[in-house]
Amino acid sequence: MRYVRSFALFWWNFVVGDDWRVAAGLAVALGLTSLLTHEGVNAWWLLPVAIVLLLAGSLWRETRRAA
Amino acid sequence: MGGGSDAAPRRSRHHDAVSTSTVLLVLGAFLASAVEMVEALTIVLGVGIVRGWRSTLIGVAAATIVLAALVAALGPALRVVPIETLRLVVGALLLAFGLQWLRKAILRSSGYMPHRDEDAAFRRQREQAALAGHEERAGLDWYSFTVAFKGVLLEGLEVVFIVISFGSAQNRIGLAAAGAAAAVVVVVGAGVLARGPLERVPENTIKYAVGLLLTSFGCFWGAEGVGVTWPGDELSLLGVIAFIGAVSFLLVRALRRRLALAPVEAPA
Repeated sequence: MRYVRSFALFWWNFVVGDDWRVAAGLAVALGLTSLLTHEGVNAWWLLPVAIVLLLAGSLWRETRRAA
Repeated sequence: MGGGSDAAPRRSRHHDAVSTSTVLLVLGAFLASAVEMVEALTIVLGVGIVRGWRSTLIGVAAATIVLAALVAALGPALRVVPIETLRLVVGALLLAFGLQWLRKAILRSSGYMPHRDEDAAFRRQREQAALAGHEERAGLDWYSFTVAFKGVLLEGLEVVFIVISFGSAQNRIGLAAAGAAAAVVVVVGAGVLARGPLERVPENTIKYAVGLLLTSFGCFWGAEGVGVTWPGDELSLLGVIAFIGAVSFLLVRALRRRLALAPVEAPA
């Protein structure tokens, strides 16, 4: 059981990392892009905007904690 | 199965000639591999110099075989996945992974996180290797073997992930692997010549570039995976890189200014 837990934790840290909110935000952004695309809107702009907002938010939280 | 039938035309659109994304793919794999191998080299040198090379190099070889087997097994297996699904999954993973690299590189560049010091890591590794007890298993110095094996395997896993994801989404795993392998040769060659850790390599700058490439490719493929058509097709990848690069540069400047304006704690 401990091995399975360590294995899962390793992959969580490997893919998600320090800020789970970024991963969750990316999932939401991809979902929204998919939804809009299937409604006929070519939402190519949504993901780049979401990326910079998520990055800025994550940096803001991290640096506020450090300060 | 429908996705599989239209996969071939979609694949060929991106790999008929040496394209922008192909060059960036090789560059990304090379840089990611180089920076991870610099860290692995520090571990291997620290153990090998103190405890001897035989068990250390067997550990390195064993880890290399495991990593090569992973690429050889996962690469062809991913070919059966429809390209849109593959690009969505790979794009999402690259985004999550790339943003971690970019975030750390920005924090280091702005002064909120210390830069990795290869020389200090090398000294620490040597001290630990000197203090560790001697245990022999299967004719090997077990400490040297396991530390070298784990060091190369863990650093190499990120490279394998990048090679497989970059390569599979463009159906060019061989090219991505060649880029990564070239970096291994360059780093090991430089390490042998320097006879020490490569502390002068601008690790954070390379990690910044890799984070930028991973995030941009992730954005490009992730969006394509959910059905987006990029204006200008593959050329828009350069636009994504420029956009995220410019924003991250502004973020570094803003954070530096914030750190400079932070109140200094008065001495007690």
